[in-house]
Amino acid sequence: SVPVQEPFPLSHGTTTLGFIFQGGVIAAADTRASAGGLVACPAVHKITPIHSHLVVTSSGSGADCMLWERILIREIRLYELRHKRRLSIRASAKLLSCMLHPFKGTDVCVALTLGPRVIYVCSDGARLQGDIISVGSGSPYAYGVLDGGLSWSLSKEEAISLAREAVFRATHRDAYSGNNVDLFHIDAASFPLPLLIMSHYAFWMPHAARLYIRRCV
Amino acid sequence: MEYLIGIQGPDYVLVAADNVAASSIIQMKHDYDKMFKLSEKILLLCVGEAGDTVQFAEYIQKNVQLYKMRNGYELSPSAAANFTRKNLADYLRSRTPYHVNLLLAGHDESDGPGLFYMDYMASLAKAPFAAHGYGAFLTLSILDRYYRPDLSRVEAVELLRKCVEELNKRFILNLPSFSVRLIDKDGIHDMEKITLTAK
Repeated sequence: SVPVQEPFPLSHGTTTLGFIFQGGVIAAADTRASAGGLVACPAVHKITPIHSHLVVTSSGSGADCMLWERILIREIRLYELRHKRRLSIRASAKLLSCMLHPFKGTDVCVALTLGPRVIYVCSDGARLQGDIISVGSGSPYAYGVLDGGLSWSLSKEEAISLAREAVFRATHRDAYSGNNVDLFHIDAASFPLPLLIMSHYAFWMPHAARLYIRRCV
Repeated sequence: MEYLIGIQGPDYVLVAADNVAASSIIQMKHDYDKMFKLSEKILLLCVGEAGDTVQFAEYIQKNVQLYKMRNGYELSPSAAANFTRKNLADYLRSRTPYHVNLLLAGHDESDGPGLFYMDYMASLAKAPFAAHGYGAFLTLSILDRYYRPDLSRVEAVELLRKCVEELNKRFILNLPSFSVRLIDKDGIHDMEKITLTAK
């Protein structure tokens, strides 16, 4: 497809990641929105619960990601109302990928969808399911930490700690990722609970980082 | 970056594709399957631009299945290849051309095995052996040297292995594993993945 001319520099800086382990799925992302060299907002929510068991992380243009998340929430809900059953995670990812396909070449947004699966959906129509996925400008740094420490048999605390460490190391090296780390843990039983962790506390006091737990309603 | 190869024998077609799904410099998946099953005896191998491959290949896959539902019998490999080529050609001069390179491999009851090479310009050629990707530059000469029309299945796998070893030796990118499938009159058979350790 023919690439479309960008009207102005779009924000792409992000580190988001998701992985599967024995205790469920962890999603983590930084909270910085950058526009070129400006930190436009230091407290953005890049992980959005869009269903009881489904969470979307977004990277790329912030406005486009918010729009597509809302559209996806609407479409999933409509499907559930029309067909009286829940849309599966792979089907949700495929729906998002097919909806994004006509906008190929506009570098809209790059997103991760999670449930008990981690699926990477990209604005150019790619759709990949995997066990570890990281997206964004800080993703190579996050992969470096994740690939070394991840195994299936991690406990929940170890997995949370690893995800936090991976995003933190990426925010340290990548100029366009930073501020705090948002963490979600999804398991079979629960509604996704976000764990908000202060990134700079984690650096100076790795064992004494304070956890702020907010229930997401 | 991606690599496809097909070798036609007297009564079978052997095809292989690498298993890497990459996004710029990162390998996002190392066990990604690039082969799409069009029907019981036809495989479509598809590489190219990120979203285009899956969208186009699934479109062809669903249309081949629709033909079977409507008419009660399956498309032959040659017909499927021409259908695919026609779709590529129609989209080529539209606002949204598909940038995909394809190998279509199948076995027909009356015509026997067939391997069809198609590229993003909607060219179509039936060939005894074919390859796509930068790896093709390194391996086509090996295929030229050692291919015979009466290769046995074991010999064909050996020839495939020679090509893959050459890639491992000389190709700048790391392609650690390859999915291999064989199509004959009994359908599509999954063969053992070829996995090479660092040289």
